[in-house]
Amino acid sequence: MITTLDRIRSKRNVKVVEVIGGWGLQRHLSHLGIHPGDILTVIRHAAMGGPILITIHGSQIAIGRGMASRIAVEDTE
Amino acid sequence: MRVALAGQPNCGKSTIFNYVSGYRAITSNFPGTTVRYTASQIYVDGHTCECIDLPGTYSLTSTDAAEYEARKYLLSGGADVIINVVDASLLSRSLELTFQLMELEIPMVLCLNMMDEARRKGIEIDLKRLSSLLGIPVVGTIGVKGRGLKELFSESLNVFERGRKPKTIQYSRDVEEIIELMIGYLGDDLMLPKRLTAIKVLENDENFIAIVRDRNEDSSKRVGELQNILSNRHGRSSDMVISSERHSQAMNTFEKAAKVIHPPKRDVRVQVDNIVMHPYVGYIILILVFYGFFNFVFGIGEKGEGPLMGMFEFLSQFLGETLGGESVGFLILNGILQGIAGGIAIVLPYLVPFLIGLALLEDVGYLPRVAFLMDSFMHRIGLHGKSIFPLMLGYGCNVPAIMGTRILESERDRFIVSLLASLVPCAARTTIIFGLVAFFISPNAALAIYALNIAVIAISGRILSIILPEVSPGMIMEIPVYHLPSIRTTLAKSWYRIREFIVIAWPMLIVGSVILSMMEFWGMDRLLNAMLWPITYILGLPEAVGTTLIFGILRKELSMIMLVQALDTPHVLTVMSKVQVLVFTVFVVFYIPCLATIAILWREIGSKRALFTVLFTFILAIGLALATRGVGAFIW
Repeated sequence: MITTLDRIRSKRNVKVVEVIGGWGLQRHLSHLGIHPGDILTVIRHAAMGGPILITIHGSQIAIGRGMASRIAVEDTE
Repeated sequence: MRVALAGQPNCGKSTIFNYVSGYRAITSNFPGTTVRYTASQIYVDGHTCECIDLPGTYSLTSTDAAEYEARKYLLSGGADVIINVVDASLLSRSLELTFQLMELEIPMVLCLNMMDEARRKGIEIDLKRLSSLLGIPVVGTIGVKGRGLKELFSESLNVFERGRKPKTIQYSRDVEEIIELMIGYLGDDLMLPKRLTAIKVLENDENFIAIVRDRNEDSSKRVGELQNILSNRHGRSSDMVISSERHSQAMNTFEKAAKVIHPPKRDVRVQVDNIVMHPYVGYIILILVFYGFFNFVFGIGEKGEGPLMGMFEFLSQFLGETLGGESVGFLILNGILQGIAGGIAIVLPYLVPFLIGLALLEDVGYLPRVAFLMDSFMHRIGLHGKSIFPLMLGYGCNVPAIMGTRILESERDRFIVSLLASLVPCAARTTIIFGLVAFFISPNAALAIYALNIAVIAISGRILSIILPEVSPGMIMEIPVYHLPSIRTTLAKSWYRIREFIVIAWPMLIVGSVILSMMEFWGMDRLLNAMLWPITYILGLPEAVGTTLIFGILRKELSMIMLVQALDTPHVLTVMSKVQVLVFTVFVVFYIPCLATIAILWREIGSKRALFTVLFTFILAIGLALATRGVGAFIW
């Protein structure tokens, strides 16, 4: 099932499908090692529409809710 | 030989730099501590070398001003050898930058730092294999303990002497074809490595494209054509093609040279984060941490201020009795004594615990968690979540805080955050809040000033972001793992900052005190006080504090220390009411930034905006001080 990262519940593994729009966003994510095809784990959501914490390739990254809504992911479980 | 430390943010470049050069650069556990480069002489196997600590950068395509600084240095050809520092526990991702650095065609050594962290995560790296895959020496290190650093620098000397260049990383054949074509179009007068330039223009890096365009109009046309071929063949934009090529090469290399031998060990730090970053408990902890920090500073400072002040008062009386209270000699000596007393009795008792506490918070890695928790709040103000770093740095000193705004991508954010950072009570103003308000009134009154300050910063931020509307991009930030701070680095860092007070601020305090003594002797202070009378009058302050406000612009601590002198007694409450003390402190905390801060604002955001900041803070301070006066009169 393909959805966006901001809708994924905590503790789930998902596969990055595509970064929608935002050339700057794509670049920024690729600098942090996030590319289509990679598997990431959602760790937690911050309160009050704050960022989402994920782990990928061994590092923890906080991604703002707005940004996360532009990352298409596939729930692999 | 000039050796540059380059690598991704928070991989420990500055830690290594400090280990070999003595403590010269601030290190912390959050990405982006270093925003400009620092150089130092070091000795390697009997040779004198220059070592340069560059700001962290994720890629040679820079996205913010700090990254741009690193890239500019690397491209200028200043470095003879590059030491690419890598967090070994994040090897596969870090290799993407390594490949780009290799394309600079400068002798290079790969430093796998934080080997202990990698082992804990169950990653085993075959250094020999990695070295032969990349064609550069690979050295494993643990920077905080200094392990492996001697070998690291010997290896860099070695590659320098042999002029050994890194291997060329080959991409898939069709991409290589296009790169070859692009190289063919580049002129010979480029002054930059051709392969790197070809790859970067295909990646649509504006800076490289501009350089190519300046040299040769024709080849810049080719760039567009070749980009189109790449994106047509792969069905996505050419920069994505290149970056995924690099990504898969990195994964490939990682798989060949490293293996994950066991899943990461159960890590208590994960459990800690479950609490610290919890949607509700996290905020309670946040408040407790800062409240605890406040009490720690006050608890220690208060024990120092009282007895030390008493001692200096006794000395001053003794001087007066022996030299005669009206003689010039006494006035000069007393001025010096007041300056020394201010430093020892009022500033240092609070400054030392404050800076040690701040260093601990920074080194443990708590600040990125604060940024995570506060992101939605910052967005409500209209700012990027990362803005919290410069603002928190401001509690130490506003100057590095304003420089720290370089980690922000947008110019408008840099301006707003610089202005807000100049409102944050720095260590100097903290000593005023503690030394006057907490000591003479109550710790709660001091806390109230901090709370007021945060509220004012939030409201000012909101207003400024309404005046200068711009959609702030969301946060994308690494949250590094916690590190047990090494006592050595934490103390070295605190000392580095305390020394700044001792060598720069303190002499100014002493000279300032003497000048004030002399001015009082010739009655010149009355002139200044008369000039500032409109301000002191509307704020309901004793006229004598006028001069101290002028001195406070030089250094914020001066205004408090001179207050004691101008009032002619350390028992402030005998001549000023509690409300007056509060009004004075509020005014001093908010009004015009100190000279050093104005200078850095001038450089970072330009003269007009710097002057705007001065005016803004001045008006704000008058307004807030008046409000304090009104509220104070109502309460007492």
